[in-house]
Amino acid sequence: MLKNIFQFYFQGFKNMTIGKKLWTIIIIKLGIIFLILKLFFFPNFLNTNFKTDEERSNYIINQLTK
Amino acid sequence: MEHVDFSLVDWSRAQFALTAMYHYLFVPLTLGLSFIVAFMETQYVRTSNPEWKRITKFWMTLFGINFAIGVATGLILEFEFGTNWSNYSWFVGDIFGAPLAIEGIMAFFLESTFIAVMFFGWNKVSKKFHLISTWLVAIGSNLSALWILVANAWMQYPAGMKFNPDMARNEMVNFWEVLFSPVAMNKFFHTVTSAYVLSSVFVIGVSAWFLLKHRELLFAKKSIIVASVFGLVASLLIIITGDGSARNMAQHQPMKFAAMENLYKGQQNAPLAVIGLLQKNHTDTIIRKQDFTFKIEIPSLLSIMAFQDANAYVPGVDDLVNGNKQHNILSYKERTEKGKISIMSLAEYKNAKKTGNDSIANVALTKFEENYAHFGYGYYANRDVNELVPNIPLTFYSFRIMVGLGFHFIALFLVILILTKKDKIGKKRFILYTALWSIPLAYIASELGWIVAEVGRQPWVIQDILPSIAAVSQIKPASVQLTFWLFFVIFTGLLIAEIKIMLSQIKKGPEPESVDLKTN
Repeated sequence: MLKNIFQFYFQGFKNMTIGKKLWTIIIIKLGIIFLILKLFFFPNFLNTNFKTDEERSNYIINQLTK
Repeated sequence: MEHVDFSLVDWSRAQFALTAMYHYLFVPLTLGLSFIVAFMETQYVRTSNPEWKRITKFWMTLFGINFAIGVATGLILEFEFGTNWSNYSWFVGDIFGAPLAIEGIMAFFLESTFIAVMFFGWNKVSKKFHLISTWLVAIGSNLSALWILVANAWMQYPAGMKFNPDMARNEMVNFWEVLFSPVAMNKFFHTVTSAYVLSSVFVIGVSAWFLLKHRELLFAKKSIIVASVFGLVASLLIIITGDGSARNMAQHQPMKFAAMENLYKGQQNAPLAVIGLLQKNHTDTIIRKQDFTFKIEIPSLLSIMAFQDANAYVPGVDDLVNGNKQHNILSYKERTEKGKISIMSLAEYKNAKKTGNDSIANVALTKFEENYAHFGYGYYANRDVNELVPNIPLTFYSFRIMVGLGFHFIALFLVILILTKKDKIGKKRFILYTALWSIPLAYIASELGWIVAEVGRQPWVIQDILPSIAAVSQIKPASVQLTFWLFFVIFTGLLIAEIKIMLSQIKKGPEPESVDLKTN
């Protein structure tokens, strides 16, 4: 069963023509999104600056009520 | 909120608008083309005609290209929530968690699993199982859209939640109320049916190109028939859901409705300006008043659209800003005062809780809850009320162009269906060129729909509760500016790649059945 599933995907990927170009684009795109954008440009503001949910909620209340 | 860094707010908004608009260039074709392909494959399984298999495989390949390029572009919006809109993300966290988690699981299991069968499974699984997989991909992609649209609808009409003042966030109290809110259901059906129209126009436009080139005539005509019938049915549904959107908007977002209609003074038997030209008004004393230089109206239609009653009173911008006692409409001044009480009560509650004074905390909480419906207005207590009125010309024109294009598509579907059925379409070059050039128009209409929905609700991120000035993270505007341009470059690159790959695949045309095993 597992072998059949593996073969199904393996043969599918092997026989691709335009799919290869598309997979290259997908991999490059995901690389840019997760390895560059997420790591260097989009840290989670609250998770980076505060350790606990209590600190986060206090900060937000201060922001909302200042 | 007296000192707001507008460059931060504006760049954050611009960045979100840019990424959302680019993301939505890819989404609608996936939603609609998946169903068109499923209908075509159903025809193949029903008739065993190999021509239907060729047709299915060609459109399936274009679906695959669009899916591959567009997939994960929506993730960037989630990054922006966490970085640029952290106040908002925290404020709504629990409301968004469940729908987005379901979306993730659904997208992964339904789409990812069955897409593999759809592309790799020809001649490896039974015809029926392949067909079921194709249908499940279509249903899965559309259900993914349901959850994200439910989240968006909640921002337009926050239902099924309660604000927890201890955690400063909204918590879901009734999942079904969130899912089945009238705004959510209507938004879902309106959005997906508009995606079906776009996809139908795409299929018809590409098929028209083949007819203009005198290539693949049978393929093109069969594709046109499926797409024009699908497009016509979707267009009829859009009219129904569009009517529902107008009613929801009039009830829950009256300022958006007034802006969309450029209705300054409210009235009974309000007419609908079918076509209108706005005059630029430089009078500072009148809030965002835009006179018409020219208009064609239908009497009472706006009242009917809004409340299904020709005599109904439709409030205008002036009524909403300055109030109207006769129709029980509070002025923005009154609402900003109530909002300020709500904000101050929240601060009092938090301080009382910190010092352990429960009686003061209870009084403050009651005051906060009594005025919570106006919470967001409190941020405008010392600000210009003009900031609470959306961009009227942009909303007004976007709506009219979108509706005008919608009627153009209905006429196109009808004419092209009749001509194809009578086998006269090949000679009607003007109609074929119109069909071809309608492809970009369908994308424009689709984006304009979102402009009406999102620009029209400004300044609210969550209607009446949280404005954009209170929702942004306190980060450097320069970093938002930098990522704005970064996204612009990445998305433009993806769009160019999509168009290039799509065009080369279209030019190749459907493969002969004997060699088509390697076309995926």
